[in-house]
Amino acid sequence: MARYILKRILTAIPMVFLITVLCFALMHFAPYDAIDAMTTPKMSQETINLIKAKYGYDQPVYVQYIRWLDGIMNGNFGYSIVTKQSIASDLAVRLPNTVKLVLPAYLTAYFLAVVLGLLAGANKNKRTDKIIDAISSVGIAVPSFWFAMLLIFALGYKLKILPIVGMHAVGKESSIADFLKHFIMPFLTLTVSFMPANIKYVRSSTLTQFSEDYVMVQRAFGATKSEIMFKHVCKNVLLPVVTRFGMAFRLLITGSIITETVFSWPGVGPYFIKAIQGMDYPIVMIILVLSSTMVILGNLFSDILYCLIDPRIKEMG
Amino acid sequence: MKKEKINKDKSIRISSVKLALKHDKVAVVSLILLGIIILFALLAPFLPMEPNATDIANRLKEPSFAHWFGTDEVGRDYFARVIYGGRVSLIVAFLAMLTSLTIGVAAGTIAGLSGGIIDMVLMRFVDILHSIPWMVLVTVVSIFLNPGIQSIIIVIGLFTWMEIARLVRAETLSLKEREFILYAGFSGVGTWKIIISHIIPSVFPTIIVAATTSIADAIMMESSLSFLGVGIQQPMSSWGSLLQNAQGTMQNSFHMALIPGLLIIITIFAFNKLGNLLRVYVEPKVMSGEKE
Repeated sequence: MARYILKRILTAIPMVFLITVLCFALMHFAPYDAIDAMTTPKMSQETINLIKAKYGYDQPVYVQYIRWLDGIMNGNFGYSIVTKQSIASDLAVRLPNTVKLVLPAYLTAYFLAVVLGLLAGANKNKRTDKIIDAISSVGIAVPSFWFAMLLIFALGYKLKILPIVGMHAVGKESSIADFLKHFIMPFLTLTVSFMPANIKYVRSSTLTQFSEDYVMVQRAFGATKSEIMFKHVCKNVLLPVVTRFGMAFRLLITGSIITETVFSWPGVGPYFIKAIQGMDYPIVMIILVLSSTMVILGNLFSDILYCLIDPRIKEMG
Repeated sequence: MKKEKINKDKSIRISSVKLALKHDKVAVVSLILLGIIILFALLAPFLPMEPNATDIANRLKEPSFAHWFGTDEVGRDYFARVIYGGRVSLIVAFLAMLTSLTIGVAAGTIAGLSGGIIDMVLMRFVDILHSIPWMVLVTVVSIFLNPGIQSIIIVIGLFTWMEIARLVRAETLSLKEREFILYAGFSGVGTWKIIISHIIPSVFPTIIVAATTSIADAIMMESSLSFLGVGIQQPMSSWGSLLQNAQGTMQNSFHMALIPGLLIIITIFAFNKLGNLLRVYVEPKVMSGEKE
């Protein structure tokens, strides 16, 4: 097993490395670069060269890449071209805001998805199953920003009970009640957007489990439906569900770009969109690298967790 | 004798699709609505309406007989805007699906057939693209291209083929060992000929089902990008950009936010249902497993 885990970790490292190369190459070949952003057409060639030298852009490409990579490893993510702010300190403010929103929404969505998925799977083709399946089929087709707009219209404009933008009202930065008021709508939007696909997943794996031979054997020996459900099926359904948690890693950074933008939530989403629109390459690169690394780490986490809790895989190692 | 068998096979498939439809009235309704939406989108240029004609005197009107969906903030007929927006959304989704299928099938068959180093390199490349969240990848690449309908088709098409490539590769790997392909190889038929006349027809069912999912995904992606302002740009509009626009006037003209959203939902829902039906047609076993 230790060998399997080690092997998994060793294959993940080159992936992260290749992604940094890909990101850097993308940005290097982009039609408009950091130098264009810092200089104006009026500047003399001499001044431009000085600026280039100051930021290290006069060096060969591989030197620039190594310096950039070295910076990332040491937590120095560089500076925004537009605002000249340190990206690391910007992210240090924004990342917690995104996590505060995504994590509770994901956990809620996951919990509800497991409950509803099991409920639907256990009542195959009955009314409960049909309703839950219909909800998840429609849910998959609903654009999250449109759902957000419905909420804003109903709760913000018509009933006027919730604020529609931001995370805090001005002057109430430390009030928890005020935070919660701002939190409800983006939280609902995200929960609703994370849930349908997970319900479908849990439902279909429950259906598969119920069609296994062991269920028939249990039935033959006179086990009641709830006994089969809680003693056997649940266990087998929840195993892959738990390992799917790794997939949530990426969401912690870029899981709510749209929702955060609609509600002007001060997280990574609007920061990223603004950087894209302003061609602020250093920011875009860092977010690209961080979110891809989270995907790879998430998959690694899933595989290792699976290996630890599923005895069948332990033997394979 | 053989023909009879094929006909019988076909009728089983069709009857299992009919059975599936009988059990699922919602699917029937959604497919009819999808048909109407597609028809309107196709016929839009022949219909007596003008999506860009402004009429400041009649701005932000409620739906009426003259303007079925009312008018927008510069007095353009919203019904025409929605129809033309749907035309753009559907064209983008359809062409993006074609791009993504072409790349996916090519990469999948080549990787599966050649094996060895080519297979490894292609599949690692798929892994890497898969590791970058699509939203981030697509927005980043859109920087490189001039904004417009072509770039959004290319961007969506270029980064959604990975799943199709994996499916097709897996099928190619098992097909490769079958007698008829081995025989074609031994008798000196070229690789391209094998791909075109043997592999592709055999993976065709998979491709068709993947195509419906791919269209549904592309519609969602396009509308999200346009909503964020990095997709379809003015004066052209799609359902996503109409929704972005409707954000500003939502307080008074809520129907402008409601309609494009409902159309997106119906279209994606219907394409997903269509995919399920095709799956029933392609492998009738799916059906017999579902209903006891």
